[in-house]
Amino acid sequence: MSRENEDSLTSRTIKMMAAISVLALTSVLGWTVWTLPPFSDRMQRLVASNMAISGVENPVTAVLLNFRGYDTLLEIGVLLLAALGVFSAVPSPVILSKSTPSPILNLLLRLLLPFIILIGGYILWIGKYAPGGAFQAGAILAAGGILLSTAAVPFNRFALKTMPFAMGIGLVTFIVVALATMMVRGNFLQYPVAQAGTLILVIEAAATISISIILTILFIGGNPDASITAKDENSKASIIDKGNTTK
Amino acid sequence: MTISLLYALVGVVLLGIGLYSLVIYSHLVKKILALNVAGSGVFLFLVATAAQTTGPVPDPVPHAMVLTGIVVAVSATALALALACRIHQVTGTARLTENEPE
Repeated sequence: MSRENEDSLTSRTIKMMAAISVLALTSVLGWTVWTLPPFSDRMQRLVASNMAISGVENPVTAVLLNFRGYDTLLEIGVLLLAALGVFSAVPSPVILSKSTPSPILNLLLRLLLPFIILIGGYILWIGKYAPGGAFQAGAILAAGGILLSTAAVPFNRFALKTMPFAMGIGLVTFIVVALATMMVRGNFLQYPVAQAGTLILVIEAAATISISIILTILFIGGNPDASITAKDENSKASIIDKGNTTK
Repeated sequence: MTISLLYALVGVVLLGIGLYSLVIYSHLVKKILALNVAGSGVFLFLVATAAQTTGPVPDPVPHAMVLTGIVVAVSATALALALACRIHQVTGTARLTENEPE
């Protein structure tokens, strides 16, 4: 009650109204959830009866990459769009150009990075049988990339140049496989039963690379390739920054 | 009361907290965080209700949906933060103000 700082744009009455309406909504939703009858297992039985033709043994992976492959295809497209949006909103990466190398993080990286890559590969592979797959593996590898950028380990020029292109590998592979299955079977993303497992693994491997790179780029906040030129013009940029803040 | 019902109710409460904060705070980063809390509530609700089926194991379809949703939420958050950075760069503030910036 005493915290009346400038943070609250809205007056007290609006706050009260918001509290009351949110409370009402939450209680109605809570009551609905409380009285909800158990759902039928129709979808579950549908998934279970089609597991044999899915090419994998984990039902979540089967839904994600086979039965509802469309969703995942579009989702990887959304990830790519978000990264491109960040590229256009922030011209050069926020993290890479401003930090100095830290010896402690460097040592930690030396110990952790091999395991991060190993576990990433394992999680990708195990997705066929158990919880795991492209998104989990991509997130783990991205953790490695984020550690690298917070430790200010300089990415080499080749990595900086290829990262923006590698973002698209997942989407391109997915679309190529989808179009190829359309030519063979006549349906978009309907895999031949015998090759379904292999195709899913190929898509997932490409998606893992894309997801890990996109998540790393989203963390460092901008096109890593732009950091090369940004570093060259660092002094110039800082002068412009100062000019902006004084205004 | 089963444990999955408790999780679903916690999800509803998180949604409420997120919505309230989204309306109340004017700082853009707080708004983005509020949306994330609300989104987490929805994910928790979906995963919890997936366990409330008549079948023996949780329904895999909502689980796959939530997995998709989490990744989209993360990328949308990153884009929103980048836009907030840009707004801060251009206007000098990351708040929504009622008056025109001077």
